[in-house]
Amino acid sequence: MNLQPSPTDETFRAEVADWMRHHLVGRFASLLHRGGPGDEEADPALRKEWERELAAGRWTCVGWPAEAGGRGLSIEQQVIFHEEYARAGGPGRMGHIGEGLIGPTLIAFGSEAQKRRFLPGIVAGTEFWAQGYSEPGAGSDLANVQTKCWQEADGSWRVQGQKVWTSLAHESEWIFVLARSEPGSKSRHGLSFLLLPLDQPGVRIQPIRQMGGGAEFNEVFFDGAVAEAGHIVGKPGDGWKVAMGLLEFERGVSTLGQQMHFAYEFDLVVKAAQANGSAANAQIRQRIAQAWCGLRVMRYNALRMLSGGEGPGLKREALIYKYYWSNWHRDLGKLAMDVLGPAGDAISDDPRIRPLQQLFFFSRADTIYAGTNEIQLNLIAERGLDMPREPRPAA
Amino acid sequence: MNFAFTEDQIMIRDAAQSFLAEESGSAAVRAAAASDSGFDAGVWQRIGSELGWCAIPVAEQHGGLGLGAVELVLVLEQMGRQLLCAPYFSTVCLAANLLTQCGSEQAQRRFLPAIAEGRLCLTAPLSSGADDWSDAAAQVQAYRKGEVWTLGGHCPRVPDAGAADWLLLFAQVEGEPAPALFAVPREAAGLKVATLAGWDATRRFSSISLDGVTLPAEDRIDDASRIEDGRVRAAALARLAIAAEQLGGAQQCLDLTVAYTATRKQFGRAIASFQAVKHRCAEMMVRIEATRSAVYGAAAFFASGATADAQSIECAVARALAADTYFFCAQEAIQLHGGVGFTWEYDPQLYFKRAQASSHWLGNADALRERIAQALIA
Repeated sequence: MNLQPSPTDETFRAEVADWMRHHLVGRFASLLHRGGPGDEEADPALRKEWERELAAGRWTCVGWPAEAGGRGLSIEQQVIFHEEYARAGGPGRMGHIGEGLIGPTLIAFGSEAQKRRFLPGIVAGTEFWAQGYSEPGAGSDLANVQTKCWQEADGSWRVQGQKVWTSLAHESEWIFVLARSEPGSKSRHGLSFLLLPLDQPGVRIQPIRQMGGGAEFNEVFFDGAVAEAGHIVGKPGDGWKVAMGLLEFERGVSTLGQQMHFAYEFDLVVKAAQANGSAANAQIRQRIAQAWCGLRVMRYNALRMLSGGEGPGLKREALIYKYYWSNWHRDLGKLAMDVLGPAGDAISDDPRIRPLQQLFFFSRADTIYAGTNEIQLNLIAERGLDMPREPRPAA
Repeated sequence: MNFAFTEDQIMIRDAAQSFLAEESGSAAVRAAAASDSGFDAGVWQRIGSELGWCAIPVAEQHGGLGLGAVELVLVLEQMGRQLLCAPYFSTVCLAANLLTQCGSEQAQRRFLPAIAEGRLCLTAPLSSGADDWSDAAAQVQAYRKGEVWTLGGHCPRVPDAGAADWLLLFAQVEGEPAPALFAVPREAAGLKVATLAGWDATRRFSSISLDGVTLPAEDRIDDASRIEDGRVRAAALARLAIAAEQLGGAQQCLDLTVAYTATRKQFGRAIASFQAVKHRCAEMMVRIEATRSAVYGAAAFFASGATADAQSIECAVARALAADTYFFCAQEAIQLHGGVGFTWEYDPQLYFKRAQASSHWLGNADALRERIAQALIA
């Protein structure tokens, strides 16, 4: 164990910080600390331009291999990039689904033609992606996907059905979809993974307004929507394997960047408490200290995850991470509103208040998406403690 | 930056795990706790002379291994897991720690080699909450006359005092802003040690009183130039040591519970298959792994050499989390063991008592959080 950074890493850290200092200014200054979950509606057009600014500096897809258009950075340097990006107040990334999900999926499972066609647009910040996994009847039970797809005589694919909770579909050019290609198949069998343009007659996008007023999720309806013959990833029937494949490699390089943003929110809460005097309240002080303890836990937990523990096998720290951060974040939202008191009840555009209100409302989703608390606890008990598995329907 | 353990660290941890599983099982703990001394002298002797654990944090120049907080934490975690009854914590984590952080060079040469070899047993008061032992210091007064110091006062809670050869005691000296540190021989005239019967029998506490205890000048052992920072660092490391023990105890509560619920059948199935039971065990694991991250992180932070104040806060974070996690896991262990969890015969009660007792050592979680809040908010 050694917490001292190497000189090379420190040089790289300074390089990132310097680049951010010189580029997140001028017309991009309004994006400071904006965007991201709960604030995705903050100036998406300008944030897309920011993606191209990043691309011009070669700061997109920094962890991708060079042959895919990335920088091929080490894990340590990827972490540093994400930390410094967030520390500088870098806006929520419009390109994160492309860079973090479909890009790595194509690098691992895509054909050469697919890589040539799609990776450059992600790297350049010119094509944006949405993820078509969840459905009304396939939430926690994702394998229960009912959206159908079939192949036409010309080899192209047609898609019929509905996806839901599709982040940023209204701001995206493309969507990757998990659909059932074998009629009558069940669970994780008989699924295929398709790439579709969203701007076509067979696709209708309908926003879902959230409790916080924003609408960054959508319902996406497919009525005979078309995917080109060459736009299936893997073979027909391999969809589940392709969709789940990336989770195996996930080591959480962006978690420390996420934590920088959490630390920023924590500071806003402390400042609010100092400003209105609630910082003198003993219970509020206890809760602020408790939140701080959580920040330290998440930092060290992420470092454990990134160090790879003791090699392959059970990663207990990775297993608990989603449950831990999402519940911590939700608690911070409640603390923020309790600190604000009645001032928190008025809809506000004050930069000292609005982010805390967004935090309060949107963090309720944190413990639901990407595995609810209940699903997380099942996984922890079953994978982490080897307790009996929940009954599953036969395939 | 690398957060992985070295091969040597893993070896130390694994050796501690297997030795303690062998020598400090439930029956051994119960026998030691019920004995007059409160520990098994044979096991303590092997820890000192054969395993060399007392040498871990002692500098090489004083005959130690010169290892840091990380190695210490790994051994203590296993001790806490097996409820080891031995004066290791008091000798190494209190006394050797105080000597290293604020003892004079002469005092270090005098005591540390014998501690490292496992030949000497020492202790110090476990203060209730101060970051710098000031509350312990307030309980003892020292007066100097010529070459002789005279000590008077009362320390209500000193661990393993009955077994100690020497007690390291802070005392106030009139006219000196910082407390002084004295080494008091266990057999000193005027020193009375009264062993307290505790619900937690895995660590024996005594109250001590000093009535005109006289000491030669050499028994004042502090280094005036380091006492200010040193006592804060020593308290931080002792807190971290307690946190590591609490982490190990919490882990054992979970392990016992997972094992028990896998074998206990009701309604024709193992109760471990009920989601209500699984989720409670999973919640224990979440809190344990979070605490583990905080404890290992604070150990690496301590070893990397920050300011005394920063070390104090980082260790307070680990210790506050560990106290809450331990108690949570101990109460869950009792609940999920059902009726037998409430008996003397099953082990959860041992952990429950240790969790409650240790929650006060060097500050309870509320006090530590207030300390953290002061640093964050002012």
